[in-house]
Amino acid sequence: MKADNSSAMTAGLASGALVFDQVSKQYGSVTAVDNVSFSIPKGDLVTLLGPSGCGKTSTLRLIAGLEHVSRGRILIGGQDVTRQSAIERNVSMVFQSYALFPHMTVQENVAYGLEVGGARKTEAKERAIEGLRLVGLADFGPRLPSELSGGQQQRVAVARALVLEPQVLLLDEPLSNLDTKLRRRVRDEIREIQQRLRLTAVYVTHDQEEALAVSDQIIVMNKQKVAQQGSPRDLFETPADEFVADFICDANLVAGELQGEACEIGGIRLQLPNPRNYRGAVRVAVRPDAMRLRPAAANDPLVGAVLHAAFLGTEMQYTLASPLGELFVRQAEVRRPLAVGSSVAIEFADHGLCVVGGQA
Amino acid sequence: MDKSLRAWLLLALLSSLLLPWHQQEAGLWAGEWLAAGWPGDRASAAAAWQVLGLGRLELLPLLLLPVVAALLGLARLPRPALGAILMALAAAALAWLGWLSWGLAPADQPGLGWGALLFSVCALFMLSTGAAWRGACRGDVFVCGVIALLLALVGLFVMFPVLRVLAGAFEQDGAFSLAALWSRSTDARIWSMACVAGGQRCGVAWNTLFLGVATAAGATLLGLAFALVVTRTGFRFKKVLRALTVLPIITPPFVIGLALILLFGRSGVVTAWISAWFDVAPGRGLYGFYGVWLAQLLSFTPIAFMVLIGVVEGVSPSVEEASQTLGGSRWTTFWRISLPLMRPGLANAFLVAFIESMADFGNPMVLGGNYGVLSTEIYFAIVGAQNDAGRAAGLGLILLSFAVAAFIAQRRWVGKKSYATVTGKADNGQHAGLDKRMSIALALLVSLWTAFTLVLYGMILAGGFVHQWGRDNSFTLRHYSDAFGISFGEQGLRWVGTAWDSLFTTLAIAGISAPLTAALGLLAAWLLVRQRFAGKAAFEFATMLSFAIPGTVIGISYILAFNAAPIELTGTGAILVLCFVFRNMPVGLRGGVAAMSQLDGSLDEASTMLGANSFTTARRVVLPLMRPALTSALVYSFVRSITSISAVIFLVSAKYNMATAYIVGLVENGQYGIAIAYASALIVVMLLCVLVAQKLVGQRRLRRVERVQGAAPQATATPSEFVLKKVQS
Repeated sequence: MKADNSSAMTAGLASGALVFDQVSKQYGSVTAVDNVSFSIPKGDLVTLLGPSGCGKTSTLRLIAGLEHVSRGRILIGGQDVTRQSAIERNVSMVFQSYALFPHMTVQENVAYGLEVGGARKTEAKERAIEGLRLVGLADFGPRLPSELSGGQQQRVAVARALVLEPQVLLLDEPLSNLDTKLRRRVRDEIREIQQRLRLTAVYVTHDQEEALAVSDQIIVMNKQKVAQQGSPRDLFETPADEFVADFICDANLVAGELQGEACEIGGIRLQLPNPRNYRGAVRVAVRPDAMRLRPAAANDPLVGAVLHAAFLGTEMQYTLASPLGELFVRQAEVRRPLAVGSSVAIEFADHGLCVVGGQA
Repeated sequence: MDKSLRAWLLLALLSSLLLPWHQQEAGLWAGEWLAAGWPGDRASAAAAWQVLGLGRLELLPLLLLPVVAALLGLARLPRPALGAILMALAAAALAWLGWLSWGLAPADQPGLGWGALLFSVCALFMLSTGAAWRGACRGDVFVCGVIALLLALVGLFVMFPVLRVLAGAFEQDGAFSLAALWSRSTDARIWSMACVAGGQRCGVAWNTLFLGVATAAGATLLGLAFALVVTRTGFRFKKVLRALTVLPIITPPFVIGLALILLFGRSGVVTAWISAWFDVAPGRGLYGFYGVWLAQLLSFTPIAFMVLIGVVEGVSPSVEEASQTLGGSRWTTFWRISLPLMRPGLANAFLVAFIESMADFGNPMVLGGNYGVLSTEIYFAIVGAQNDAGRAAGLGLILLSFAVAAFIAQRRWVGKKSYATVTGKADNGQHAGLDKRMSIALALLVSLWTAFTLVLYGMILAGGFVHQWGRDNSFTLRHYSDAFGISFGEQGLRWVGTAWDSLFTTLAIAGISAPLTAALGLLAAWLLVRQRFAGKAAFEFATMLSFAIPGTVIGISYILAFNAAPIELTGTGAILVLCFVFRNMPVGLRGGVAAMSQLDGSLDEASTMLGANSFTTARRVVLPLMRPALTSALVYSFVRSITSISAVIFLVSAKYNMATAYIVGLVENGQYGIAIAYASALIVVMLLCVLVAQKLVGQRRLRRVERVQGAAPQATATPSEFVLKKVQS
């Protein structure tokens, strides 16, 4: 893993918009970020994904300059900005709570950064109105933030960040305060603006569906370290370790035995991707959609019993008891569901399985 | 050269070239010094002339600071290096000045004046700028400067006087003596237990403690009764009860004592009635412990009530409902569930009342008689024939220890948040009503007490119109015309009344102190809530210390500290302003901390991310949202300045007399009529101020709601409602 990161970093140093070089952050005896290195190409939207407490928000705040690193370097556009404060960096941030100034109108909010940076009032006002037009709120200038809906406030926060034309745009869980229905639409709008302006953006979330939907690359973090960095497809198809497999795809982790080129799971021999070349007794991530179930017959090699069944509209979700342990399975077949307590035969699909742990 | 450095250098240059280094007799603004002998005269020369023209070489090292700093600034050194040198130079200059003034302390040295003051300020800010350039406070020059300023101010005007008292207690004929401290502290007059044995007086320390405990216990019980009646019964006049809480704020502390004299004194209404009915000679029963205790109960119960109402409301109703569903009667629920949950609040109220009692000067002064307490003893030790500063310092030390001990106890045991008021927000349950019999008993008690209080205030208002209380009860306006007479003569309007002088002085001094208090308090609150820096805990302690120190101790500490060079302020208006500013700073600080804690931290961060430095963020984001807190701080510190007596009594002078000191003087002379007239006028003025302030703060809320076109107006609009709190994801 380390080898991957440093080669990415070296490649990134030349062209990367944002580079983290062995960055650590300590608060007294507590480590918030542990030797994290990555490189983000210009114009990409990269998501920092992970559970609470994994260090993703701390990493974001280090990029912003709201905290200073304990060790390591940060480079933006090739320049070492490690010692620069947030005021000096050309980085903008959209806060989780939007942080709109409640005593200023929407237009004054958006113009604030420009005025503080030295622009004249009239110029700042014009650019602010342009920014509001970009997010579709051109007529909302005179209103107070308290008079806007959640989604509108969020767009004002985005406009306020964008008008400064930053080198990097940071978004801290921007959708967490919105209704579920609204999230998909706003998520797509953010992505569309980012791609249109070709902005380098870093997005923090704990929702893997959101991450998969908007990102060019995802950096999964666990316990203050980088677990894996890659495109959404890479992470989904070939997770690097058990944590990523569980977090990204909700995978089941089962025991397997590597014999030569094939892997034996529960009596079934399969060809599996093994990117890290583990040998011998291994752990395999099996995605819930990578299994086929049907009522058990006499000679089926792998049989399980249905413990729970839930109908979710577009799919059935089953919990099975099996020789491999408890398995979580999704099936697209909803019209003929399997009954609780029945015996089912388990077959593996030709995709959705990956070796994620074992001896090197 | 850097902009800020240039500014401080220019200022330092100005002060050392133009302004008189030493204090001027008539004050800088009178301008006499310009005519008298400036720039050549030693008394009024500026620092530069003192060194170059008058040969006072001891001031030369000070002048090196701006000169060397200017040269270095032009040399374009890198900032960290420049910062280090600047720090060293400025620190050296300040240390040298301190040594000259306090260390060497030549006998006839005149006090330091505006030249020295401005120079020191510049040196201080050069020190903080240098520190910021070295990386302190994350390189933020503004924050460093604010911290330096506040540390210097608190150090000079809070800690230094306290330390001076400490030193003063050791002093005997100009030298330090441990024996002197011992003999002062263990004097029989302070610690004697003779009254327990029988007949004789006890030491003042025991008196103070006993009175404090008695007042605290009584006030807490009464305050609890009030709080329970307001929150747990169907009492019909709850608004009246709540309105009572404003009384201690607008009433000078000795007024209650005066009112009691009108009722129970030798010529009092009740005394006369009893004497007529029961054929008993009118006595002086009021004076002494019971009188002071009663006066303090009346004065401090509203304060205990304010503390306890938050506590009582804060007991979660669902806990009481659970008790009831488990079969507990109302009495059981109250005694076994609610009351234990209120214990910390009760302890808090107890300690607050205890501290107030210890600090109380007015009531023991007026009603104490032979019952001496520490605050009055300190007063008598300094004023009048005794004039024993050492003894006063020793007594002050004891009083300070009591107050600080109680204060620390309150912080430790009862609440970390001494500043934020904990107002319990009830969840959707309903509080259990009180047991029926208890309800009635409490309601009766509360009504009687309220009626009594209102009668007293009525006496006060009436007393001003009575010719001579008890002897000649005819209506008269004589007292008011004596105090507030105006005549229209040939020279126009003339303020004939005897009270105008002190009233104008009071209003002017309070008017100058209030904005300063609010500014300092809010600055300190901003530092405490938003910034992280080394020594923050110590700073917080020091600011709160000024809250714990009784006014009497502040008074004598200021006399001891600022009576002689290098900082000679006694007899000036400045010492009064400073006393008010630092005594009332906790008012602004407390309000500021509470208001700022409600502001989401991400607003500051957003402003920082948009490129604003901390000064711009404070000015454009934080300050506008603090307007209600600012208004409250202004008004309450203004009012507190006007009603304060215990510190002021030491610091008034012929030229600067304050209303409260003047009234106490009248009382001592037996001129009750005019004293009461003046006091009532003060109360009315204070009440108007408070009402106007509440209107102002309230009006801001209305305006906000009106701007929401078409949307339903919000029920309560506080600053917190305009801030979007972080939602825990």
